[in-house]
Amino acid sequence: MRRFLRPGHDPVRERLKRDLFQFNKTVEHGFPHQPSALGYSPFLRLMAIGTRSGAIKLYGAPGVEFMGLHEENNTVMQIHFIPDQCQLVTLLDDNSLHLWSLKQHGGASELLEEHRFTLKGPPGSPPSATQVTAVLPHSSREVLYLGTESGNIFVVELPSFRVLEDRTITPEAVLQRIPEDNCNRRSCELVEALREHPKNPDQILIGYSRGLIVLWDLQNNKATHHFLGSQQLENLYWQRDGSKFISCHYDGSYTQWPVSSDNRQPEPLENTVPYGPFPCKAISKIYWQTTKNGLPYIIFQGGMPRASYGDRHSISVIHGSQQTAFDFTSRVIDFFIIFSSDPAAEFDDPSALVVLAEEELVVIDLKSAGWPAVHPPYLASLHCSAITCSHHVSNIPLKLWERIISAGSKQNIHYSSMPWPIDGGTNIAPDPPQRDLLLTGHEDGTVRFWDASGVCLHLLYKLSTVRVFLTDADPNDNMNTLGEDEWPPLRKVGTFDPYSDDPRLGIQKIYLCKYSGYLAVAGTAGQVLVMELNDEDAEHMVDHAEADLLQDQEGYRWKGHEKLKTRDGPVRFEAGFQPFVLVQCQPPAVVTSLALHSEWKLVAFGTSHGFGLFDHQQKRLVFVKCTLHPSDQLALEGPLSRVKSLKKSLRQSFRRIRRSRVSSRKRRGGSGNASEVQEANAKFDQDALQEMELAPVQRKIEARSAEDSFTGFVRTLYFADTFLRDSSRHCPSLWAGTNGGTVYAFCLRVPPAERRMDEPVRAEQAKEIQLMHRAPVVGILVLDGRSTPLPEPLEVAHDLSKSPDMQGSHQLLVVSEEQFKVFTLPKVSSKLKLKLTALEGCRVRKVTVANFGSCKTDDYSENDLAVLTNLGDIQIISLPFLKLQIRYPCIRKEDVSGIASCVFTKYGQGFYLISPSEFERFSLSTKWLVEPRCIVDMPEVTSNNHVHNKSGTENAARKSSPGDCGEDERKSGRLMEHALLNDEKVLKEIQSTLEGSR
Amino acid sequence: EFRRFSLERSKPGKFEEFYGLLQHVHKIPNVDVLVGYTDIHGDLLPINNDDNYHKAVSTANPLLRIFIQRKEDADYSAFGTDTMTRKKNVLSNVLRPDNHKKKPHIVISMPQDFRPVSSIIDVDILPETHRRVRLYKYGTDKPLGFYIRDGSSVRVTPHGLEKVPGIFISRLVPGGLAQSTGLLAVNDEVLEVNGIEVSGKSLDQVTDMMIANSRNLIITVRPANQRNNVVRNSRTSGSSGQSTESSLPSSTPNILGNLQGEEESDEEDIIIEDSGEPQQIPKAAPTSESIESLSQIELLHESTQNGFLPSSEMNLNHSAGSISMEYEVPEPGRKSLEEDGTIITL
Repeated sequence: MRRFLRPGHDPVRERLKRDLFQFNKTVEHGFPHQPSALGYSPFLRLMAIGTRSGAIKLYGAPGVEFMGLHEENNTVMQIHFIPDQCQLVTLLDDNSLHLWSLKQHGGASELLEEHRFTLKGPPGSPPSATQVTAVLPHSSREVLYLGTESGNIFVVELPSFRVLEDRTITPEAVLQRIPEDNCNRRSCELVEALREHPKNPDQILIGYSRGLIVLWDLQNNKATHHFLGSQQLENLYWQRDGSKFISCHYDGSYTQWPVSSDNRQPEPLENTVPYGPFPCKAISKIYWQTTKNGLPYIIFQGGMPRASYGDRHSISVIHGSQQTAFDFTSRVIDFFIIFSSDPAAEFDDPSALVVLAEEELVVIDLKSAGWPAVHPPYLASLHCSAITCSHHVSNIPLKLWERIISAGSKQNIHYSSMPWPIDGGTNIAPDPPQRDLLLTGHEDGTVRFWDASGVCLHLLYKLSTVRVFLTDADPNDNMNTLGEDEWPPLRKVGTFDPYSDDPRLGIQKIYLCKYSGYLAVAGTAGQVLVMELNDEDAEHMVDHAEADLLQDQEGYRWKGHEKLKTRDGPVRFEAGFQPFVLVQCQPPAVVTSLALHSEWKLVAFGTSHGFGLFDHQQKRLVFVKCTLHPSDQLALEGPLSRVKSLKKSLRQSFRRIRRSRVSSRKRRGGSGNASEVQEANAKFDQDALQEMELAPVQRKIEARSAEDSFTGFVRTLYFADTFLRDSSRHCPSLWAGTNGGTVYAFCLRVPPAERRMDEPVRAEQAKEIQLMHRAPVVGILVLDGRSTPLPEPLEVAHDLSKSPDMQGSHQLLVVSEEQFKVFTLPKVSSKLKLKLTALEGCRVRKVTVANFGSCKTDDYSENDLAVLTNLGDIQIISLPFLKLQIRYPCIRKEDVSGIASCVFTKYGQGFYLISPSEFERFSLSTKWLVEPRCIVDMPEVTSNNHVHNKSGTENAARKSSPGDCGEDERKSGRLMEHALLNDEKVLKEIQSTLEGSR
Repeated sequence: EFRRFSLERSKPGKFEEFYGLLQHVHKIPNVDVLVGYTDIHGDLLPINNDDNYHKAVSTANPLLRIFIQRKEDADYSAFGTDTMTRKKNVLSNVLRPDNHKKKPHIVISMPQDFRPVSSIIDVDILPETHRRVRLYKYGTDKPLGFYIRDGSSVRVTPHGLEKVPGIFISRLVPGGLAQSTGLLAVNDEVLEVNGIEVSGKSLDQVTDMMIANSRNLIITVRPANQRNNVVRNSRTSGSSGQSTESSLPSSTPNILGNLQGEEESDEEDIIIEDSGEPQQIPKAAPTSESIESLSQIELLHESTQNGFLPSSEMNLNHSAGSISMEYEVPEPGRKSLEEDGTIITL
């Protein structure tokens, strides 16, 4: 026991460990959770996304990405790039401003926070006096204009954030120039928009919330024009030549205004309510883009008829007679247009519309007819249907890779062929060393194949299992084909669709054989599908079998969901993975383990009732084994009874969290109604808290027994060719481990290839091991004579692995949640063990064999166990001696869904969900590291009117040293997770996934 | 039946010889008996080894009264230290065997036949304020029967008194092992689990550690009620040096005593081969021997194929006895097993 407490101090081994193991969180894949702000620099061609947890992420060409985190973890409200600079300013909901810079360091660019600043009013002034509502980075790059709730516009110097008090534009100064009968002090409350004149940097357009718009001359400090809007103002946009601008309003209207030297108080040119005449919702943002052919593009967010379409999240594009309202499935956060950034160009000529919705990024090609969507190379919405499981396959053979890509490309024909328009920066990371696939199973019965080789997690192919089954939902494809006269001209875009038609379709386990192209997937209602890759569309029957796992157990009644109904007759499948065998477990409980042996053509599956083996060559059930303990009623009743208590405890934790959030977060502009709700919430929370205090948290200490619930739950299945019965003959075998600490071993007789169809596969139980500590068995592994784990099926046949050593004696490694044990084979005697829980109080959640190569020499590599515990620690344990090598904290222990979602690769990397839509990628290896490495160069400044004072800013930038910002960067990963976990929504997601999986 | 005979007090000889003499005198050479004597206080005490035999002889004044009972119908409860008050009763019990029929007494075996349920261990090396309790779940069907909770305790630190989080026993289940031992109580602070300090560990971690060790749980507690502590000063044992050291107000109870000693033995997993009888999984022999035994096992395999059971190879890993036992009682399910030669793994 003590030998485990004191790691050995063999200096050679210690040095080797440093060459083998290293922990890094390398990159976040997927779509940022709860985005709150969007920014774009046409100069750098980089896009920035801010989130409610204070993260800021920059994206350019595929592979170019940066991440930063505000220390405060506050919501990012606005992001503005400084014109023609590698700098941007963020505004948080605590009214603080932050200046970020992209700096080159060690050959790659880094995003660093340089300054932070909060506007302070004179003593005694209300907070609203300095509450920033609009930010305008001036093209001179020297100053920021900050519009506030009080109507004052403050001017601060960059990069020092020094307030230039003498240049403040006060409402009083503005009102001096405007006839009093039209306006009063209240007209200048709250600055809604600030826009610089596109041609004359000395003029800015100021829009006040109540509708007054003023063109302000910065040189002479006076209003040159004023425009009296009758409606509450939402936003402003200049036409490219500066002769007109457009304003949009709360009532769903937009107005064009002329700017000419002869009229100081012009009347609107045109006032339109695009979706009138009935009351419409506000248009919150508008673009006016000119084109060569004279017909402008007017693009705006919102404005839908309030009564019938008020719940839609839309962005409308009007171009001559063409009009489309793009309809998003989640709230639109913000959008921008990519247009000609050359200041000398006469027209805008917009090329793409980029929309950040709450759950996905949608890019529309405005150049091609029909305005098709562009397939984004990154920021994939992993959660377009909730992720229920994941499976990683390393080192995919090129042939299979190409076939999957080809199958996927046939699914993507409706996408635009436009190259990705956001292409700033240069990816300088080395090419990924191998082709890796990450497969995610989803609640809606789909499996998505992601290219996980590099920094950009890219969707290759999507497989749906729904077609095999009869579900209530009609396959309704006519969503996009609305009639000609349909008004408003809505068009659904995006892929985010969180609503599952039938939760039974959910995918729970995936197993892909990369050599044969066989794929097995198993789902929530006990369905197991075996599929084969076919490059052509095909229509065929799916062989159907039922596996009664209760067998002769009498008197049980399943109270859970029914099994899925299958389609009769042949089914049409598109090119790709096509199912040919369906096995349905009875009772139809969720499949908890799955194994496929492509060489023997066998698939094994387990549920909470037992496990079975199916021969998918002969399409015959070989055997089933019931693992249920007679007293285990819970397993029979289905998932219902257990969920309730779980729900209750989760609800309590929500309340606690909500309470802390309400007290810590300042709410802006809370109306009376909202505060009432808050009050009620607070009271509710108080009650809940009291309820908790009455019953202190206590834990029962009791030894596990055979009578415990869910002991029959099959946790792991494993095929091995080993010495099961005697040491002279090895034979195929199937191993199963249960929640109650039982291991079953079956001896299999697989007929030789030439008689494979003639003779049946036979199975006979050879061993049953009961671990006395009765902890759930989470992993089974056989080590060959050289103590190397047995190769995967077909791995040797493809010359990718040495044949296993069948001369020396084999060993069996059983990993339970609490202990690692090595037994000899064929006679089972215990050889070694490592007690994890007894010593450290942590339990094994995930375990995989990983190969670690030395970063110093190419010819050394070893196999170890990569283990994730319930405390979120990752441990590396050596094989075959079970010595703890190293331990890293990785996931917060409260992050249940993160720990549950973790998947290791065969080469010491891993992924886990940090939010429903994002995978964090980490690496334990010194050798296999996939992380972004990119460079952003300052493009040549082409315009003449922008060059002034360049040296000045550069000087300033040089003065401000990055200081200890590197430290921040390093911390950011952890803080990010922290921020996410404190979020109610994330916890809700956790709850829903938990409920789903139970 | 009474017998009277004389012994030489100075040369009592061995207990074995004395036992043989008794059997000879009573003409019961093949009957197992219990031997007892009454000491000077009138207590009935056993004679079952050299030590107490010598003691008995030396205290004879001058007569030594010896009681002999058949082992089958022995009344163990007759032995004890406060038998003086019940002396008459004891004698009557012994002298009138027909008494048993009317009042059947519970048969309690000798101390060495008991399986321990709980014990206090490492008393000599722990501070007086601490108690290390071992619960043997193995020998009983009783549930462990206790709950733990989070709490806080006050510690003396270099910076003065400090409140630190701790783990406490929150509830004892009536009739459970923990309660029936009387060694643990509600609000006792848990300091260690099987030698591992719990400070810095969460309630869930400590729960998992206790459950993982539940077959042989050793918990070190600081009892909430300190009045029942062992008073060390009155101790006369040889380990007084250690006890003075440990009675210092030590805040680091990380003293490992004989925690690990028997731990390995009670952990053996069970294997069932070919749906036969459950067996405990033995420890693997050292690697050098395992190769040797491997070849012999193959040899054995061949010979069983031929229908022999060569007993010479049987005692490689097991005692031959247990194997032949299995062989004598062949069950229907074992037929195939013999053919496959897997008997060697039993």
